[in-house]
Amino acid sequence: MPATNLTRIARSKGDPRIERKGPSSLTDADRLARALGWLSIGLGMTELVAPGRIARTLGLHGKEGLIRGYGARELASAIPTLSVNKQVGLASRIAGDALDLATLAPALHHSNPKRHNAAIATALVAGITLLDIAAYAGVKAAHRREPGSDRDYSDRSGLPRGPQASRGLARKDFQIPPDYRAEGTVAAELPARAS
Amino acid sequence: MRALVWHGKEDIRCDTVSDPALEHPRDAIIKVTSCAICGSDLHLFHNLVPAMLPGDIMGHESMGEVVEVGSAAKGKLKKGDRVVIPFTIQCGECDQCRRGNFSVCERTNRKKELGDKVFGHTTAGLFGYTHLTGGYPGGQAEYLRVPFADTTHVKVPDGVDDEKLLFLSDILPTGWQAAVQADIQPGDTVAIWGCGPVGQMAIRSAILLGAEQVIAIDHLPERLSMAEAAGAITIDFEQDSVVERLNELTGGKGPHKCIDAVGTESHVNFGQPDTVLDRAKQMLMAENDRPHVLREMIYVCRPAGVISIIGVYLGLVDKIPMGQAMNKGLTFRMAQAHVPRWTGDLLRRIEDGQIDPSFVITHKADLSQGPEMYAKFRDKADGCVKVMLQP
Ligand SMILES: NC(=O)c1ccc[n+]([C@@H]2O[C@H](COP(=O)([O-])OP(=O)(O)OC[C@H]3O[C@@H](n4cnc5c(N)ncnc54)[C@H](O)[C@@H]3O)[C@@H](O)[C@H]2O)c1
Ligand SMILES: [Zn+2]
Ligand SMILES: [Zn+2]
Repeated sequence: MPATNLTRIARSKGDPRIERKGPSSLTDADRLARALGWLSIGLGMTELVAPGRIARTLGLHGKEGLIRGYGARELASAIPTLSVNKQVGLASRIAGDALDLATLAPALHHSNPKRHNAAIATALVAGITLLDIAAYAGVKAAHRREPGSDRDYSDRSGLPRGPQASRGLARKDFQIPPDYRAEGTVAAELPARAS
Repeated sequence: MRALVWHGKEDIRCDTVSDPALEHPRDAIIKVTSCAICGSDLHLFHNLVPAMLPGDIMGHESMGEVVEVGSAAKGKLKKGDRVVIPFTIQCGECDQCRRGNFSVCERTNRKKELGDKVFGHTTAGLFGYTHLTGGYPGGQAEYLRVPFADTTHVKVPDGVDDEKLLFLSDILPTGWQAAVQADIQPGDTVAIWGCGPVGQMAIRSAILLGAEQVIAIDHLPERLSMAEAAGAITIDFEQDSVVERLNELTGGKGPHKCIDAVGTESHVNFGQPDTVLDRAKQMLMAENDRPHVLREMIYVCRPAGVISIIGVYLGLVDKIPMGQAMNKGLTFRMAQAHVPRWTGDLLRRIEDGQIDPSFVITHKADLSQGPEMYAKFRDKADGCVKVMLQP
């Protein structure tokens, strides 16, 4: 929800209204990153609020504290993922996915009566990991600087007479206006040096 | 008509919208022939000011041809006039306008109560720049309604290309004001942080005002090469220590004048750890801006020097070394540019061949490519310095 909903700002009556929407500056990778950010928030809240239920469903007894910690981790990575610095958030999500998979691995053991649930969870996390990696690579590719960063603009002086001949050119007919003077020219008014 | 419309963070689209119409007798409608994307637009693209509404039209650097004039603007404008539109809307009559402080005109913010609440006292109405400054639809569009049009325009002659004139709307007078605010005197060393379009104009202005040594700071090689083209000495802040290099170049005394042409979105990198902390605080909404450049300027500036801030800051900043500033006796000057105060003089300099602002344009595209161009300009991709759009 835009913060403007809270401030009761409204558009003025005569202003142009949208008739037909065009394509967005957001790329598919940007949208995927945003969806993953919101997923992080949903999952993080669930892990924080109901770690006991998750532990029971997956047969991860005694891991409630850890699950709650993972919830906090999810929320922490959601913030950069939803920000302009998506890459940072997605990288931290990928690291988090690895932790999740490592935590689930022992629950897949045949001694765990809930191992089928754990297998489903593992498959889900693996799928999300792939999405995280795809989003990370996509965002990186969509917003890279190359090529072009090696472009040379040293012929674009903007000063048709050249830098040397232009130095001080404006001083011939422009003085810094009095309300913009900062230094003053007080030297003449300073008390004469005692000597 | 087509217009670039804000839909949310990083979401700008070229939509079809209804045409603007005259609303007040002082209005005029112009048919936009050229417009540009500004560094200030990026702050909105990044949703750093929570006062945009989905559906707001972007843009505050536009020029074109007058197609309709309200009854009260008729003496000053007529159909067919070729005009550049300043990004500041001014009444021309209030106390501030009469002092030349056009960007803080007391009358043109139609959401004055909001401006009063947020800034203490309202500032001028601006095109396409949030509801804090009136929520006026911007000029990245085929048509633009210009309120207070009798005073909010710069008439420009035929026979000079749009490319040379368009930047009278913002970045040329803005860069010029940055240099004037610094009270540049012959013999001065002037350090300029940021080699974006505004920094580039400030560099040229400093040279024209006679600065002996202009030092330009950035980390993008293509922008540094453009700074060198005008005779600036450059510092790449990712390669060198800015403070050490500035002291070396000034016999250990520091620059007389420091200009901030970066503003709130200082580049985040681990070489400047304060920027990482600021970024984290921004994400947690514990700070609005990343004022790395301010901190650096205050530290390195010569005592009794001038700090000229033209890069935009949005709200609350942390860890500003006020003690250094106070004890060194620094002067601070800052403002949104008072555009029409300088445009007459600058237009004459363009016609006289003293400056040709078109050097900064690296990308030209149709308005419909606006959304991609926003991303390109933001990512500093493809050597992009300034985008000019044609509707
Ligand atoms: N006051 C005004 O009237 C006015 C008018 C127009 C623009 N602006 C502001 O001026 C600023 C610059 O605008 P622009 O169009 O040139 O934008 P831009 O984003 O193209 O340029 C900013 C430049 O600063 C560089 N930079 C980032 N961090 C830096 C650091 N720590 N040290 C040195 N350089 C650094 C970037 O690499 C970039 O080249 C923006 O904040 C914009 O809002 C102010
Ligand atoms: Zn601007
Ligand atoms: Zn006024």
